[in-house]
Amino acid sequence: MKALESFPLGQYIPMGSFLHKIDAKAKIIASFLLIIIIFFLKLNVSYLFFLFLILLGIFFSSLPLKYFFKSFRPIYFLVFFTFIIHFFFGEEGGRVFFRYGIIHVTENGIKMAIFMSLRLVFLVMITSLLTLTTSVLELAHALEDLLKPLSIFKFPAHEFSMMMTIALRFVPTLLEETDKIIKAQKARGAEFGKGNLVEQAKSLLPIIIPLFLNAFRRANELAEAMEARGYRGAKGRSRYKITYWSFKESAFLVFVCIYSILMLIAF
Amino acid sequence: MALIKVESVSFSYLKDTPLEREALNDISFTIEKGEKIGIIGKTGSGKSTLIQLFDGLIYPLVGEIYIQEKEIKHWSSKELCRIVGLVFQYPEYQFFAETVFEEIAFGPKNIGVPEDKLEDCVIEALETVGLSYKDLKDRSPYNLSGGEKRRLAIASILAMKPEILILDEPTANLDPRGRKEIMEYIDKWARRGNTLILVSHDLDEVMRLVDRVIVLNKGILIFDGPIEELFLNVDKIDEAELEPPEIIKIVKALEEKGYPVKGTFTLPELAERIIAYRSYISS
Repeated sequence: MKALESFPLGQYIPMGSFLHKIDAKAKIIASFLLIIIIFFLKLNVSYLFFLFLILLGIFFSSLPLKYFFKSFRPIYFLVFFTFIIHFFFGEEGGRVFFRYGIIHVTENGIKMAIFMSLRLVFLVMITSLLTLTTSVLELAHALEDLLKPLSIFKFPAHEFSMMMTIALRFVPTLLEETDKIIKAQKARGAEFGKGNLVEQAKSLLPIIIPLFLNAFRRANELAEAMEARGYRGAKGRSRYKITYWSFKESAFLVFVCIYSILMLIAF
Repeated sequence: MALIKVESVSFSYLKDTPLEREALNDISFTIEKGEKIGIIGKTGSGKSTLIQLFDGLIYPLVGEIYIQEKEIKHWSSKELCRIVGLVFQYPEYQFFAETVFEEIAFGPKNIGVPEDKLEDCVIEALETVGLSYKDLKDRSPYNLSGGEKRRLAIASILAMKPEILILDEPTANLDPRGRKEIMEYIDKWARRGNTLILVSHDLDEVMRLVDRVIVLNKGILIFDGPIEELFLNVDKIDEAELEPPEIIKIVKALEEKGYPVKGTFTLPELAERIIAYRSYISS
């Protein structure tokens, strides 16, 4: 299963860079802000400035550029697909370069194709930058802290972040299990991805049903094990690592904010 | 004609990445029809990797595997299923069908057994593992006991009528009674001239069923020969970091006390020798 092995899309790489050391709360806020900004930018020079910001981020994360681009290889297809759809079937308008049946290549279509694929690439780049430099645990804790104010509306911030941590923790386990089940069913002569769409979907049942059953069984066991160790949610629970919000975090956020506002105003 | 021939096979997981892990290193041996073989080694010794190679689920990075004198890549996966029946560890976790009948019929259907022959296939497979077709066929596979589930899983492979059955730790996580039953039915099946490969880390369990053992240690084959020979080379068992069977430990302890019991491997034989020795002493 080549596809399963090459999965690590934005998997955390421990390093001691500036971006790694910044408190995860600041990184989450900054990423969130930038993701919103992408949707307000128009296709012009501002995209270059956005790209510059991302490159700056990569520089301060000291991640090898090659690894950074390799890590989101799985979405290349998505970008390509988006591009093609907009290129050939996109919006009408502007100069028409080519037209045949429902296929049409127009000036606006090409613009949209570039616009949309760049947006997608930037989105993934921003989130990769976050997840490549922040461990799952840090991320979950930061999210818990950020959501804590919502607890006045009875929002279960701790439980939410615990759920997220567990879900992410089980991704590799479930992938491994999927691989095992696929092999076991192949040993019973099963074939996957053959025939028409209905047949293909049906051939996946022998994988999906055991996978779900095992996941439920595992969840049940985990819940019992947690209870046996006295877990009762956020009440009275302390943390092993305490994070501090220092000047570094404030400066980082202020910089990202000012840069974003400038991008919006200037173009 | 060799049923399976393994020629200097090596295999690594996640090849060419920093996480590369060697699982098998230059393994060679052949398996003839009708042999009963135990592949033993501790966790991570490469035994599960080795058996996956026999079913074409993974291909060796170096070396060749021949099934009935034909390179394994030239067999289609369905043809291979008719020759090699592979039962994974905890096979009951792969159940998906609503009824026992469907669960067992899945394999035969996949390899192209005609509809009207399916029922016979299922009946025969269930019978081989000592389960009643009449009582079980409409029940859910999930509602069986642990031992029954395991036997059902083995039946689901036997229904494809493979020439060789490979079982990966078939008794793991079962109660003693379930263990005994499984071993009895496997033994019965193997005695009909079938070929059997039993993968385990428990020599006690393997020794009752197999004649020949292959010992793996860290991906390297360190012993291949008759099981009696392995028991006379206890250092090989130590080298593979395995536990010798209880009987071997008892024989060794008796030998140290001066009993002439060297080379006994079964309880009745041992008892006879002790009685003979006693009567010889007292006469």
